[in-house]
Amino acid sequence: MMIEFLQTLGKNTRASFTKLGRATFFLIQTVSGTASVLPRPRLLLKQMYSVGVLSFLIITISGLFVGMVLGLQGYYTLSDFGAEETLGVMVAASLVRELGPVVSALLFAGRAGSALTAEIGLMKATEQLSGMEMMAVDPIKRIISPRFLAGLLSMPLLAALFSAVGIIGGQLVGSGLLGVDEGAYWSQMQANIDFQDDIINGVLKSLVFGFVTSWIALFEGYDSVPTSEGVSRATTRTVVNSAFSILGLDFILTALMFGDD
Amino acid sequence: MQHTNTQDTLVGLFVAAGIAGLFFLSMQVSNLSSFTEHDSYTITARFENSGGLKVKSPVSAAGVKIGQVTGIRFDPKTYQSVVSLSIDVQYNNLPEDTTASIFTAGLLGEQYVSLEPGGSDDFLKNGGNIEITQSAIILEKAIGQFLFKSAEEKAEGKKK
Repeated sequence: MMIEFLQTLGKNTRASFTKLGRATFFLIQTVSGTASVLPRPRLLLKQMYSVGVLSFLIITISGLFVGMVLGLQGYYTLSDFGAEETLGVMVAASLVRELGPVVSALLFAGRAGSALTAEIGLMKATEQLSGMEMMAVDPIKRIISPRFLAGLLSMPLLAALFSAVGIIGGQLVGSGLLGVDEGAYWSQMQANIDFQDDIINGVLKSLVFGFVTSWIALFEGYDSVPTSEGVSRATTRTVVNSAFSILGLDFILTALMFGDD
Repeated sequence: MQHTNTQDTLVGLFVAAGIAGLFFLSMQVSNLSSFTEHDSYTITARFENSGGLKVKSPVSAAGVKIGQVTGIRFDPKTYQSVVSLSIDVQYNNLPEDTTASIFTAGLLGEQYVSLEPGGSDDFLKNGGNIEITQSAIILEKAIGQFLFKSAEEKAEGKKK
């Protein structure tokens, strides 16, 4: 009984460590493969389309609504203190620092990450990847690296769009609907949002999230059991693991970036 | 070929929109457009008490922001707070006998340094020092004094 328990524990620990090792090795190969993507921008462009352009709509619409909700909720709370002029600061700070990078990364994991895993997993299941290897084409360089690079590049752009649209949405609700002075909305924002501390850190956050989400999505696809059930499990794991890593990393990054002030 | 061309256009549009978003965030939302640090000069002011003043607090003259606080340190010899003010170089004609005071914007707002120009013909230069200063008003102190005073008045009223 005890021995059995220890056995399963040891087995699981070993399995998760070997998986971590495979993931790290996969990451090293992928990153070193990105160099060979640059001479062939068409590969990257195609992936930018499916990862970035197709996520454009969901990101902008979600951003607009998140900004509008922030505007409403912020107004209700701030007007209790007679401080509704600072609505712009509240909306912009929460979007640029936290919600922009985090929510767009979560949406990105759900929209693009799951698609990447399913695509790679299915390629593996139909033995397209082994076929490429047979033809002496490195599937990492040809398939994985362009997708990784596209995810890494798209994420900061999507997060910036999310924040920008959200701030406009907050302004629409705040000064259009609730009567906050438009000049105060923008000027308070400009006085309190710092380029270095807020904008640059937000972009850095979204770069980290893009890196991690693309890594997880591609690895889960590449490492999936090549059956229909295996692919579906891998897709689920992508979304769950991405969400965990995004939220966990966000806490660590926030503690590091905004700790001393 | 037509298909890939539309794809290219859409990717181009996406990247342009993303960069426009970043540009919007940096120019319209943050303080990047309002103040650049490299064309400024620094002067110092000594206060008895700098209150809740922080680095990056605004420095204003006649209500207009002309610079920001770049450093606050405690001088162990004079027991004063030494505040470095970085002033935009286009306002290089502040007289030497300028007064610096620490005020609060609104009742709960942040504290800022207000400069009131004097009448001297000599101007403050980089590394210059403001001689006449007025410390921050500490709200707790003011309330304490007020309460003490009203209690005193009450006691006197009872005596009579």
